Amino acid sequence: MKSSTSAKWTNQLRNVGLEWIIPVLTVLLWQWFSSSGWISQRILPSPLSVVEAGVKLVKNGNLFVYIGDSTRRALLGFVIGGGIGFVLAIINGLLPLFEKLTDSSIQMIRTIPHLSLIPLIIAWFGIGEQGKIFLVALGVAFPIYLNTLHGIRGVDPGLIEMGRTYGLRGFTLFRSIIFPGALPSILVGLRFALGIMWITLIVSETISANSGIGYMAMNAREFFQMDVVVLSIIIYALLGKLSDWVAKLMERGWLQWHPHFRKTK
Amino acid sequence: MASTLPQNEITARPALGTVPVVQSQSPSTSGSGIRIDIHDAEVRFGELTVLHKLNLTIPSGQFLSVVGRSGCGKSTLLRLIAGLQTATEGAVQFDGSVTSGLRPDVRIMFQDARLLPWKSVLDNVRIGVPGGDRGKALEALALVGLADRAKEWPSVLSGGQKQRVALARALAGDPSLLLLDEPLGALDALTRIEMQQLIERLWQERKFTAVLVTHDVSEAVALTDRVVLVENGTISHDVNIALARPREKDSGFAHYESNILNRVLGRRTSGGAKEGFSI
Repeated sequence: MKSSTSAKWTNQLRNVGLEWIIPVLTVLLWQWFSSSGWISQRILPSPLSVVEAGVKLVKNGNLFVYIGDSTRRALLGFVIGGGIGFVLAIINGLLPLFEKLTDSSIQMIRTIPHLSLIPLIIAWFGIGEQGKIFLVALGVAFPIYLNTLHGIRGVDPGLIEMGRTYGLRGFTLFRSIIFPGALPSILVGLRFALGIMWITLIVSETISANSGIGYMAMNAREFFQMDVVVLSIIIYALLGKLSDWVAKLMERGWLQWHPHFRKTK
Repeated sequence: MASTLPQNEITARPALGTVPVVQSQSPSTSGSGIRIDIHDAEVRFGELTVLHKLNLTIPSGQFLSVVGRSGCGKSTLLRLIAGLQTATEGAVQFDGSVTSGLRPDVRIMFQDARLLPWKSVLDNVRIGVPGGDRGKALEALALVGLADRAKEWPSVLSGGQKQRVALARALAGDPSLLLLDEPLGALDALTRIEMQQLIERLWQERKFTAVLVTHDVSEAVALTDRVVLVENGTISHDVNIALARPREKDSGFAHYESNILNRVLGRRTSGGAKEGFSI
């Protein structure tokens, strides 16, 4: 019993170790190149000076304010856009008439790269919050819409027929058969959407903002604080990794019935 | 893993000789089976007529099987009785009154088990229990010998176990009519025999009316009271199987089996033998 749990632990430790070997080695090499003078501090600051810049920004409190601002924008846009995409997909997935009415319009709007709207957005909203949230929402809505619709269409008609013979209809049928059946596909959409969320936010913050991580990077560039620029890039990488981890956690938690996502015992 | 049936079911087999005792007391216990009358039923899909002027009466508690070549309309007949299909003309009556649409006292088993992969075995059975009572669902699972698998996901079960869970789900609500649409078609030979015995035992205990659609004539003769043959959308042949249960594959069995099989295949046999079982 004890040996099996300890074996599990070493196994898990090894997995985590394998995941982090490349990032850690990269940082070590980078530090070594910088401190031996092969890379100029003006081109790429060393990891240590990036950490120093981070500590300074933590001390004056700006870093957390910026991360908080960015996260708030990202999540707000995500909830609005994701919600719209999800509801639209459910209506279109369940009511063929609505799908006929809206699907081709949605497909047309979908093909527009949403970042190309930035000039228009600045003209409409200035550099305020709404523009950035609008862009994130727009970018996030489509992957959620497409994958949810695909998931609903992919639900086994045999299961729906079975549910009907057992008297399930309306919301009960949706809750116990259609939604769980579409969930794997919905979560794929969620993962895509989380990626798009950060990309959209980075771009819109570097173009027009007076707070947030993107603003911090652009501001630092003007004063040639390369360490802060690199720091903000690393923060984006970590936030992206964090949201991917959350998505994975949801898959693990909600799709345990699926042989593909079952935790290996 | 191969010994999927628990011990009590294997020992339950010899006890089938005592069935008359069960029969004598059962009409008073649960609601007995539905009597079905189908009058001049016609089902058309556009230009295609699948069922044509079909008449069939199934007495309460009878185990009827419907055989025929693929595409003859036997599954459509089952779906018509289930209420999944409406008659273009004619009517289906349950216990003398016209019925249409799905009913809670009618349950169907399909060729595939159709378990919800995201619900545990027990929760799948609970779908069949009015009100979703756990105790009743567990009882139904015990009936098919799978009470110990209640908490598992359906994906870890074998094909035969999945069908047994589907059977538990179908019987959990105490139906008066059980419709079986080739539910054993995808199982291996041994699992099939075990399932046939299980279905026969539960039918004998509970006295519901049962209709089995199958392409396996041997299965029809082994399990059911009466075999009807569907050809070109109508019933072309109707045989009562006068064999005692539990049925052995003896000469009487072989006689019924070969006669019906010849009918299905449209083969001519010696006239005498054919007259022998036609009614």
